[in-house]
Order: sequence, then C-alpha cells, then structure tokens
Amino acid sequence: MRHSISLSGKIFLLVLPLVFSILFSQDRFPRPEFDTDYSKPFTQTPSPDSLLIEIVDVVVMAIALGLAVFFIIRKRSRNSIYLLSLFSLLYFGFWRKGCICPIGSTQNIVQALSDPLYFIPLNALLIFALPLITALFFGRAFCAGVCPMGAAQELVLYKPVKVPQWIAVPLSLIPYVFLGLTVLYTATGTGYITCQLDPFVAFFRFGGELNMIIFGLLFLVLGIFVGRPYCRFFCPYGVLLGWMSKFSKWHLAITPDHCTQCRLCEESCPYDAINIPVTPVTPTEKRQAGIRMFVLIVVTICFVGTGAFVGSISHVYLSKLNPVIKLSEQVMAEKTDPSIEDTLASRTFHESDRELSDLLAEADNLRNQFKTGSILLGIFIGLVIGLKAIAVFFKYGGKDYEADRTDCFSCGRCMPYCPDEHERQKTLESKQRLYESIG
Amino acid sequence: MSSKKSINRKEFISKGSRIAVSLCLGGMCGHILANRSVGRETVWQIDPAKCVQCGNCAINCIHTQSAVRCVHAFDVCGYCNLCGGYFPPAANDLNTGAENLLCPTAAIKRTFVEEPFFEYSINKELCFGCGKCVKGCAAFGNSSLYLQIQHDICTNCNECAIGRSCPADAISRVPANDPYKLRGNLIKT
Repeated sequence: MRHSISLSGKIFLLVLPLVFSILFSQDRFPRPEFDTDYSKPFTQTPSPDSLLIEIVDVVVMAIALGLAVFFIIRKRSRNSIYLLSLFSLLYFGFWRKGCICPIGSTQNIVQALSDPLYFIPLNALLIFALPLITALFFGRAFCAGVCPMGAAQELVLYKPVKVPQWIAVPLSLIPYVFLGLTVLYTATGTGYITCQLDPFVAFFRFGGELNMIIFGLLFLVLGIFVGRPYCRFFCPYGVLLGWMSKFSKWHLAITPDHCTQCRLCEESCPYDAINIPVTPVTPTEKRQAGIRMFVLIVVTICFVGTGAFVGSISHVYLSKLNPVIKLSEQVMAEKTDPSIEDTLASRTFHESDRELSDLLAEADNLRNQFKTGSILLGIFIGLVIGLKAIAVFFKYGGKDYEADRTDCFSCGRCMPYCPDEHERQKTLESKQRLYESIG
Repeated sequence: MSSKKSINRKEFISKGSRIAVSLCLGGMCGHILANRSVGRETVWQIDPAKCVQCGNCAINCIHTQSAVRCVHAFDVCGYCNLCGGYFPPAANDLNTGAENLLCPTAAIKRTFVEEPFFEYSINKELCFGCGKCVKGCAAFGNSSLYLQIQHDICTNCNECAIGRSCPADAISRVPANDPYKLRGNLIKT
C-alpha cells in the first residue's frame, strides 16, 4: 500500500499545488457565490485633500513674504513684523503641522538632484526657492515674519544675553556642519536628518518622541536668554539664506535717514548682528593686516587639507547610519557569529527572496558614495572654518552702524532705537494730520 | 548723474555676486523644474506585496492612532467561517466572544451572510494598523486584508516616519492622483 502511488503520480501530486497557486495566485479559498441577494460592499479609499491645500501653502507663503518685505523695508514697523510672525506660527506651525517647510525642503532639492527615481513636487521646489529669492533682494524676510520656528523663538525671547564671541563663533559653525551632513545623508538616501532633528515639530503636532520634545524644550528654555538659538546655531537653511542675504539689493536699515553714530542702537540687537563702524587703518596696520591675511589663507588651506583627511577616515562611521549598510553589516555579522541576535530588518531580509550578493553590492556602492561625500564634506567644513577665522580677524564694518547682512534676521528690533526713526514717525503723523485736516 | 555712472568697488562686487548667485539659484531650480519635477504632488503609500506586517506602522506614525488602517478587498475574500484574520490560530470557539478575537481592538466586524459565509468588515475608527489580521489572512486566507495609509488622516510628512522604520522598504511616494495600492476591483473613492 505504501508504494501504491507511482513516481509520476508523486510528481503530479507535488506539482499540483504549484499549478493551483499559479492559476489562482491569491485564492487559497474559493470566492463564494451567494444565493441570497447579498451584494459585496466596496472598499473605501478616502482621497488626499492635500492637493489644494499645498497650492494654498505656496500662495500663503508668497503673500507672507511680500508682507514681511513691505513691513521691513517700507513700513519699518516692528509690531507688524511681530504680528505677521505670529500668524505664520499659527498657520505654518500649528495648522499645517510644520510640514513642508523651506528648511526641510532643502533635502527634497538634494534628493531631486541625486536620486534618479525621485521627482520633486512643484510646491516643494517653490517653498525652497521663494525665501531664497526674497533674501537675494530684500534680506532674510523669511526668518523675520514667515518661519514658524523663528516665530516660536521670538515669542519666548524674554531677557536676551549677549553670547561672548569665543562661544558664538565656534557654535555658528554647527549650521554649516549640519547643512553638509544633511546633503550627505540625503544624497546617499540615508534619511532626512533635518526633519528628524526638528526641535519644534513635536510642539506643532502636540506629540512626538520624548527625546525630541526634550530637545525642543531645551531650545525654548535657552531661547528665553539667547536670541533664536536654533536659527543662529543650528538651522541649515539659514546658511543658504545668509549667503543670499549677503548680496541683497535692499536690506533692513537701522536708520531711515542717515546714521549719526549716536550708538543708541548698539545694544539693541539680541542676535549680535549689528556691525559697528571701523576706524580707518594706518599704513603700519595695513602692512600687518597683509601679513595676517597671508597667514590666515595658509591656515585655511591647512584646514581644507585636514578636513579632507578627517573626511576620508570618518566615512566609515558616518555611513553606519545608512539602513542598507547597517543591514549588510548585521547580516554579515550574523553569518560569522551565529550567536548574534537577529534584528527585524535582518529577519525580513532572510524571509525575502533577495540575494545576499545584491545587498552587499548595494552596500559597497553606498560606501563609495560615502567616501567621496565625506571627503567633500571635510573640505567644505575646513573651508568654512578658515573663512570664519578670516571674518573674525577682518571684521567687516562700514562707516556707520549697519545690520550684518548675513546674520540679520530682519526682525526690526533695532529700528525704534534710532532717533531718526522717531523723527520719521513724527513727520508721518504730522503729514497724516495735515491730510485729515484737508480732506 | 556722474555719481550714478561711477560705481565704487564694493557696489560692483556686490552687484556682480548678486547676479552670479541668482544665476546659480535660477539655473539649479530651472534644471530641477525641467528634468526632475513631475509638477504634481506625491503622497506616501504601502505596497501590500512588500509589507511583512511587522507592526511598526502602528507605533511609528506621528499620529497617535496611526494613519495606517487595514482595508478589505471584499471580492478577494473567501467569506470563510474559520477566518485566519479574525480568529487566532488556536481559537476556543468560532464566535464573536472577545477571547476568540485576533484583533486587539475588536475592529473587525463579523456578520453572518448565509450558510456557510460570513462577511468581515473593518471599523476604521478602531483599527490602528497593527497588521495582526493581515498576517493571519496571509497565512490562512486569500490575503484580502491588507494595510494602506488612509489619506484623510495622513499628514503627508516630508519624510514618512513609518517609512523610515519599515524593514521591508514597503513605503514609497506615489502620485497623489493615484494614492492607493489596492487589491480587488470593488473600490469606491
């Protein structure tokens, strides 16, 4: 009896389920036919309502930027800018839940340039470009009135303390490093680290991971005494805005008329963004400055070389965040040492029909990208440190008290400190009275 | 008039740099617009063919009750009495008693249709996308239950939090005008 099924019969029985599974790929059980008048319900698929709202976002941002520029350059009103920033905090922050914002859209731009499978939505491109174009002509109006994160920090700033230069200058390097890392990690498909390290999004959403809430609280508590700590010492988009604003055609002016060098505005800026006038240099100082400049350029070149070297050895550590590299290392570690516990990712990999060689090839390709990227990142950071050193020793200053175009957030706090501004307000008032009496 | 013509060095550098920077920015945006933009929005969605029902969707979404919910392709379903998605493998009895349910929030409703068929429908208010029923239906059933991101709930974050934690790389951007990866043909938007 045991051998009653022939070999061909065995093969037939073995193949039978396979044939069935191919014929009815999903159906392990037959689909029923009903005798009653039961009709099968439909699967509900609610459509995204985001299509319209994302166009609205871009329009609101454009209008808000326009208003901010008007308030800063023409109306010169700190109160109007403040009210606008409160609106932005409510709209872009609490209502739109802080997504998508120009700070994060930098990553979409980088991914659009590096990932051939990614196509950027038009609204992300516009949200990235609009504040930069505005900064190129009018300064960082975005920071002043449109950015919800800036507004949150403006709101908590109560007793600004001047940060000593020896702390402020090294800290101001962090945004450059963060920008570089953001580009590296986005270009390698590792993740959007700017979004992952967004300190305020948990507040906008009334919930988030505990460590991110603590991170955000730290910034807010620090922000009571230090003006805009995230903007000055963390924001990667601020770097780009600073570059644009440096060459801005029009910019917030402390005085509406001309500077009398009364020094009343000197301490008004909580962000340390007012350039004080420099005294003309004597010929001996000029020669010393020349030598110093030469030394600093040599130092910059050394920094760039060191950066490239550090980048070339640190890529191994930087690449450990990448999920593909992490998975390949985990799988290889499990192979060599069976006592290592598997992770969810490695279990999923083993259960899938993916080849190990594919995974290793992909990881190797990514490692090469990280190697190149880390060296470029090192060179970039070296260059930034060198140029920062030059900027510290050759502090730019004009003849008058002026806002530093790179660092100024155009918040307008300094404007009421200028006596000429009060004169202007009076003239405006008297003009208004005159018009009222006429008509 | 003469002061207008003689631009000093600082102004010249500033103007030149501004033109150079705007050309760079414009060139980059123009390149992206021409080559790398589809001009339409995208949303996040789960590919049910890749999903391994690890349960990360339920805990990693930024929404307290995840935007991922189980959906049911009724025309794929076998309407079985012994449903792998409704009952745990060692159910005491095939009835709606709480001790017999696989779903932790009792989000699946079992209704008698006719002998021997039962209809299973998802209460989206209760479902939080843990995927237990999906795993059960895949192990013993037609895989008519599967997970999808519900776009009336999803915030459409720039980087999807559950996509980041997905071990099977099953979550990707899809065009907003075709926002679901569905099974079966009985679909209503």
